[in-house]
Amino acid sequence: MTTEAIRATDVSKVFNLGKTNQVAALLNIDLVIEPGEFVTLIGPSGCGKSTLLRLIASLIPTTSGSISVNGKTAEQARLDQDYGMAFQKAGLFDWRTVAKNIELPLELMGWKSSERKARSKEMLDLVQLGDFGNHHPAELSGGMQQRVAIARALSFKPSLLLMDEPFGALDEMTREHVQDELLRIWQDTDTTVVFVTHSVPEAVYLSTRVVVMSPRPGQISTMIDVDLGGRNQFTRDDPGFHQAVTEVRKALRVVGA
Amino acid sequence: MRFRFAEASAPLVAGVGILLLWEGSLWILSPDGFVLPPPSDILGSVGENASELWTAARITGWVVVSGLVVGVAFAVAASLLVNRFRLAREAVTPLMVAVNAIPIIALAPIFNNWFGLTSPRSNQIIVVLLVFFPVFINTVKGLSLADSSQIELMETYAASQWRITREVRIPTAMPLFFTSLKVASSLAVIGAIVAEYFGGRQDALGPMITQAAGLTRYADAWAAVLVGTIVGTILYFLAVAAERAAMPWHDSVRRGSI
Ligand SMILES: Nc1ncnc2c1ncn2[C@@H]1O[C@H](COP(=O)(O)OP(=O)(O)OP(=O)(O)O)[C@@H](O)[C@H]1O
Ligand SMILES: [Mg+2]
Repeated sequence: MTTEAIRATDVSKVFNLGKTNQVAALLNIDLVIEPGEFVTLIGPSGCGKSTLLRLIASLIPTTSGSISVNGKTAEQARLDQDYGMAFQKAGLFDWRTVAKNIELPLELMGWKSSERKARSKEMLDLVQLGDFGNHHPAELSGGMQQRVAIARALSFKPSLLLMDEPFGALDEMTREHVQDELLRIWQDTDTTVVFVTHSVPEAVYLSTRVVVMSPRPGQISTMIDVDLGGRNQFTRDDPGFHQAVTEVRKALRVVGA
Repeated sequence: MRFRFAEASAPLVAGVGILLLWEGSLWILSPDGFVLPPPSDILGSVGENASELWTAARITGWVVVSGLVVGVAFAVAASLLVNRFRLAREAVTPLMVAVNAIPIIALAPIFNNWFGLTSPRSNQIIVVLLVFFPVFINTVKGLSLADSSQIELMETYAASQWRITREVRIPTAMPLFFTSLKVASSLAVIGAIVAEYFGGRQDALGPMITQAAGLTRYADAWAAVLVGTIVGTILYFLAVAAERAAMPWHDSVRRGSI
């Protein structure tokens, strides 16, 4: 038996508990994610997708229930640097060059300088920014910055990737390219991905499973397995793809999105 | 940041224009040069007293620079502590506010009593105190402006608090720190010279000004003021140079503002 990548048991999260601005963000979430899965969280704004991701990342504590990551507590997994995370905002460091931004996690993990340089170069090529290593983030467009943030999250090839609407700022062309790159990385390495998006086609194209959430309080409403096999340029025209998209859209209408 | 002749010559032309206007209007309004001597007299006095002025500039300059360095070092250390430890923040902030409200320059005669009338020590301490607050307040503010998502990102890498300060908080605080450093460099010169009016070495700039003014030798007094201005200007541009070296990535530096 392999250990689960993520197990959330009866997890609830209340912000500002006991104060007048109390918000019940998540209620009784049960979610098990096996290693190698690509799971997408989708749902109306404010239904707690980011919150769930931050709980898994152990950036905030649960109010009740428990979360384990790679068979350890979420906290321990964070300390062991088991996951890489990409946020809704690119969050690059203006004072570091693009290459140095990508090398940041590697520096913190004590990689040798030559190894860091080699890896950041590889990552820059991956996100098609090979010529921009020595630029500062302020010199890049929003979409380019977002690609740097993705390269940074991937740089140390973590076994778990947590991504919060990472492609939101990208144009359609770049977006499809980076989607394919992400899928390639996911297939080549045995990474587990938890991905938040607002785009139904993106969710279906990327995932093995789509988790539809409902708001106030945030709960899991439906889970839809997607079985499209290997993705390629024809996948988006596939009847199976359209059928899955329709299914997710219906589930979202039920929760009022 | 490129050096262009037009940009460099503009302030020069403006400066020469103002000096000519000054010289010319005194010629007409107050030929005795009693209150405000013409620039030619002041420059003449600088030439005559060059060696005394050079000595005075070194003595006062040392008070300014040593006070500035110590004051800034204390301010930065204190702001890092206050940012890092909530207890320090709560204990120290009210005290800081109270001390900040003291008109520090007014303490000069008292400090002279403590450290001896001819010791430069009391003047240095005045400068340290004057410099401390603007740098402390701005640096604390700057450290607290760090982007919470950048801090969260560092937490996902299990970075230590000190590492987060180094990688995120300190770079975020730099623009405010350097702005306060420029303010502090001017304050340090003012503080040193005014403190010298009350004591310290008698061959420093401050006593030169009071003595010359007491003897109605106004050109000599203005010559000493001019030297003080030059010390302040040099420090200001050193601060600008340090800023450019420390944060070449910042928008304000890239656009070349001061
Ligand atoms: N730090 C916080 N303090 C208080 N309330 C919060 C905090 N973070 C989130 N919330 C609340 O929790 C709820 C869920 O927020 P969350 O950011 O997880 O939504 P989301 O599903 O990611 O939305 P979006 O799609 O707009 O990004 C919201 O009602 C929000 O106001
Ligand atoms: Mg969100």
